[in-house]
Amino acid sequence: MDHNFSFIVKNQAETKLAGRLITKYTEAGSVIALIGNLGAGKTVFTKGVAEGLELEEPNSPTFVIMKAYEGRIPLYHFDVYRLSEQSEFEEIGYEEFIYGDGISVIEWADKILDVLPDGTVIIEISNFEEVDENARIITVKGKKEWLSLYKNMAEQAFQILKK
Amino acid sequence: MKTLILGIESSCDETAAAVVKDGKELLSNIVSSQIDIHNIFGGVVPEIASRKHTETIVEVIKQSLKEASIELKDIDAIAVTEGPGLIGSLLIGISTAKSLAFALDKPLVGVNHLEAHISAIHLQDKIGFPFIALIVSGGHTNLYLVNDYLDFKLIGNTRDDAAGEAFDKGAKMLGLGYPGGMQVDKLAKKGSANAIRFPRPLNDKSFDFSFSGLKTSLINFVNKNGVNSDEELNNICASFQEAIVETLIKKTLNAAKKYKVENILIAGGVACNSRLRELSKENIETKGFKVFIPAPNLCTDNAAMIAALGHYRYKNNDISDLRLSPYSTNKVNPKSYTS
Repeated sequence: MDHNFSFIVKNQAETKLAGRLITKYTEAGSVIALIGNLGAGKTVFTKGVAEGLELEEPNSPTFVIMKAYEGRIPLYHFDVYRLSEQSEFEEIGYEEFIYGDGISVIEWADKILDVLPDGTVIIEISNFEEVDENARIITVKGKKEWLSLYKNMAEQAFQILKK
Repeated sequence: MKTLILGIESSCDETAAAVVKDGKELLSNIVSSQIDIHNIFGGVVPEIASRKHTETIVEVIKQSLKEASIELKDIDAIAVTEGPGLIGSLLIGISTAKSLAFALDKPLVGVNHLEAHISAIHLQDKIGFPFIALIVSGGHTNLYLVNDYLDFKLIGNTRDDAAGEAFDKGAKMLGLGYPGGMQVDKLAKKGSANAIRFPRPLNDKSFDFSFSGLKTSLINFVNKNGVNSDEELNNICASFQEAIVETLIKKTLNAAKKYKVENILIAGGVACNSRLRELSKENIETKGFKVFIPAPNLCTDNAAMIAALGHYRYKNNDISDLRLSPYSTNKVNPKSYTS
């Protein structure tokens, strides 16, 4: 069963930091599914992941659906925003990358969650206007053991949201 | 002696083929969306981009040869987009080009999609080197210093969203649907560009662009104020468009001044935007620069531009071998990137 916890980020820099920290606990083959509205910070989070992997700074893959960044561990940066259904994701041959030798980050993953492998980490970024228009709540879902590692790290950097 | 190049493009949504003579004369320019797919497939239209490429590419190539009134054997070389783009889609163009090259024993020439957007202008106008090129589309926002037919130096790039993407996502936020760049353009004509002051992103000396923050400020504005009338919607479109276009023009102009060029090229799908065309006259041409913009069918994704660049690569003996493989992000020589 998947477990989850949530924390607050105050601005883009913190969203990016959350992405960078997650790479301490990911390995080749990890899949990170990003969910959030337009402007939530999905690409910013991915920039943090790329920073953690010591790759060049990614920009938005919306138009081309997937951009690959080569490095010690490659990053496959997907954005399924333009796809209208799950079958289209299957058509672009995603398995080759998702089950490949890199870390896959998928923006707008709520559209294709069913086909993602067991063990996919789900990151939901939602607005937190009650505090500030730049603030976000990040909810992380994943396997219990993995999650407790990331939570320990997140606790030191961010304010954890009490349930 | 005349040189005939067959160009093939499949980097994203469009499947396209074209024949270009001597690098400047367009003999045919076929884009799949022009073809009646219903007719070819008896009413069954494949929905998926890469499958669509597989099923239309042969027909598109045939059509391009027919319109050019030539046969495959008359072609001197086959040029194909190798990147950047969607890997699965690129592969279809590349595999087709390789098969043709191998079967016909003709040279294969892989070309960069963004540089090809620049080469499109040679099919229309004589532009003097060096010039600054702004390539602006749904997937890209790049500035180049172009010293010669094959000398492209990338001087600026988008750090997050492309300008066309900002248009499309802004349109989506406003409930205008996808792709929404043209909708925004249309409604903006009826609105006031000064109604709302959206931020001018990355207003600095670099030649890089950033449109993600502008997108967020539009979202915040709409969340806070709502869209309460058609007039308001028109004003939001006009103001949002102005922020994008002004930024594009300003950076392009700065680049032209810094590199002391006289000519400026604006190409790519967003070059069809009417306000961008207007402002390029008002804000650039009045300052003594000459602006070149390819016709709309040479601005949106097409294979004529691939054949045009392919011609110059072929003449320069930049021949690819059959191991040619696609790439998803723009390949840049780090040494040539100065910003």
